[in-house]
Amino acid sequence: MAQRRTSTATAKDAATATPAAAPTKATSVKKTAEAVTAVRTSSRRAAARAVSSDAGGGANGVIPAVPVLKTYKLYIGGKFPRSESGRTYPVRGPKGEFLANAAQASRKDARDAVVAARKAFGGWAAATAYNRGQVIYRIAEMLQGRRAQFVELLVTAEGYPAKTAAAAVDASIDRLVHYAGWTDKIAQVFGSSNPVAGPFFSFSTPEPTGVVAAFAPQDDSLLGLVSVIAPIITSGNAAVVVTSETRPLPAVTLAEVLATSDLPGGIVNILTGSAAELGTHLATHADINALDLTGVDGELRTALARDAAGTVKRVYTPHRTPDFTRQPGTARLRAFLETKTVWHPTGAVSLAGGSGY
Amino acid sequence: MTLFRGDLAHRAGPDSAIGAIAMPCWCAQLHHICRVAALYDRGMGSPAPVALGDATSTRPPATSAASVAVPPRPVLPPHLAGVTADESALRRFLHGLPGVDPVGVESRAAALATRSIKKGSKLAALDLAISMVDLTTLEGADTPGKVKSLCAKARRPDPDDPSTPQVAAVCVYPDRVSIAAAELAGTGIGIASVATAFPSGRSSLSIKLADTRLAIESGATEVDMVIDRGTFLAGEYGRVFDEIAAIKAECGQTRLKVILETGELATYDNVRRASWLAMLAGADFIKTSTGKVSPAATLPVIHVMLQAVRDWRAATGRQVAVKPAGGIRTAKDAIRFLVAVHEVAGAEWLDPFYFRFGASSLLNDLIMQRRKQLSGHYWGPDYVTVA
Repeated sequence: MAQRRTSTATAKDAATATPAAAPTKATSVKKTAEAVTAVRTSSRRAAARAVSSDAGGGANGVIPAVPVLKTYKLYIGGKFPRSESGRTYPVRGPKGEFLANAAQASRKDARDAVVAARKAFGGWAAATAYNRGQVIYRIAEMLQGRRAQFVELLVTAEGYPAKTAAAAVDASIDRLVHYAGWTDKIAQVFGSSNPVAGPFFSFSTPEPTGVVAAFAPQDDSLLGLVSVIAPIITSGNAAVVVTSETRPLPAVTLAEVLATSDLPGGIVNILTGSAAELGTHLATHADINALDLTGVDGELRTALARDAAGTVKRVYTPHRTPDFTRQPGTARLRAFLETKTVWHPTGAVSLAGGSGY
Repeated sequence: MTLFRGDLAHRAGPDSAIGAIAMPCWCAQLHHICRVAALYDRGMGSPAPVALGDATSTRPPATSAASVAVPPRPVLPPHLAGVTADESALRRFLHGLPGVDPVGVESRAAALATRSIKKGSKLAALDLAISMVDLTTLEGADTPGKVKSLCAKARRPDPDDPSTPQVAAVCVYPDRVSIAAAELAGTGIGIASVATAFPSGRSSLSIKLADTRLAIESGATEVDMVIDRGTFLAGEYGRVFDEIAAIKAECGQTRLKVILETGELATYDNVRRASWLAMLAGADFIKTSTGKVSPAATLPVIHVMLQAVRDWRAATGRQVAVKPAGGIRTAKDAIRFLVAVHEVAGAEWLDPFYFRFGASSLLNDLIMQRRKQLSGHYWGPDYVTVA
């Protein structure tokens, strides 16, 4: 209690101090900066924060840095809006402690996300496979740069041991690099030239399906999320992702990674909130071409699959609970492709044998 | 007072809307007229009421229109009759109009834009908006086929739902009017045609008149003319007035929409002046934009224009229609305009005869939103026809 009182007093002092009155000791530069920060913050907030932060420095006369709390928002069309509904919900850590308030996406946020995704889809699908690969690799680079932050987030938000958390972040980076390599191989592996009994050159190429609404795994907030998003965008689709309801924080931080990579805004849109609430609006939305139901199960999964049938969407559901630590197969890549087959006339087979080809 | 009333009613003539509209609420109307007149008189002194016949007959024909018959001037009440007598009277009047408070009009437009229209009201608004659309194609690349498909879309905007209302009109270039006329015969859908060297309006009056004649002779039921913004901005209001009046004379019974191109008028004051100028010269419609200049139809601009038609009706008894065009792409935008119409001009303007949307892609969004209201889920562009 003594410590708390001291730190409160320190923060108040800091709040009333002016930069000119800052101490002139060896460490004064840093302290002055901190004092200015505290002055800028309202004294009540500064005091409250100082109480909750480490008070040890305060006891020594060193003013502790005031942590700036993050507002967890949605990620739609390359921007970070609050929910249109204005709603938020508390996110709790593994022991039930309060972590943050996350935006609770509404039907209209989902609608806006679909509009943003549809708008962005054309350009992303038309980008060269090489370019898409570079962009996804860039996401991996950005994630690598923030590795420590994600490890810490997984430890506090998910209760992972530090080692497991580090492994999950590294696996997420690997997953992105893996799919970055896939972009220019999809057409080679899943496309074909088809032997046909006629004077045609027939060939099939895979094309992106369009806008994919994905429900990220509820319990694997980073690796699971990355493993769901990456295969969707690799082939040129745009994604509207509903995150884990109880563990949305890594997803919002991942959105910052996406926003600072070269991914065009709208290709990945991240909605935090309830899959049950948003699901039916996404599943019935006629401008969505496919659903990834990884993160929902039971009756909701059946209901959403049924809703999706109304507008003949592709629906991907994993056969069993996926283990994202294992190497991904190609099922997720293949799930969101459309095959275009061209029959190119080559002219009648001539009597002299052989055709145009 | 009674003299004034009889005077107006006498001048109204058989085909005028003055009596029909102004009579039922005459007291309020008269009060408003006096107020507006006082308002506008303040800036320009008190023009002596000039007998209307005198005003029109003494006005010399514009030099550029020398070969054209002097058009009949619209019937104006005594307190406005003098303002078109000559260039300086016109300038005095237009510059005497009260200035627009830009901050006020923008904040009012923004405040009204937040109004929430839901459920049954939204469905009614969507249907009304569809019935107000002037489905437009004004491209150099307009093929006969494109005009035909546009007309098909105008007849049945949503082939999956025959209860969807038809649009008000299609809007095409004069040389495409005959195609549209053939496609739309007997449907009741209007054929609007831009004329007068659209979109710049930079040509001689004789060419503009010929353009108008071509449109009307090909079967246009409405003519959309552009004002000469360069001349307007140079302050030669008389020439702009004469040009509008000449085109109106050429139109005869065909309704004339006067495009102000508000994006080029620079100030709200100019928008108000141009609106009054157009109405003084006989416009049946005032229209914001060609759609070729940005910004086009914005809410504050439409507020200013709606105020003008409201005050014009209060002053003359004639109800002039308004048409925003360009930049309105979503149903949400359209409903915001309808709210503005209701709040600024009044419910009498919520009618396809008095309010239109000049748009092309708007119709698809209106249809998708209408389906959303009826089906309960969102639709996508894959499910609507492209015109």
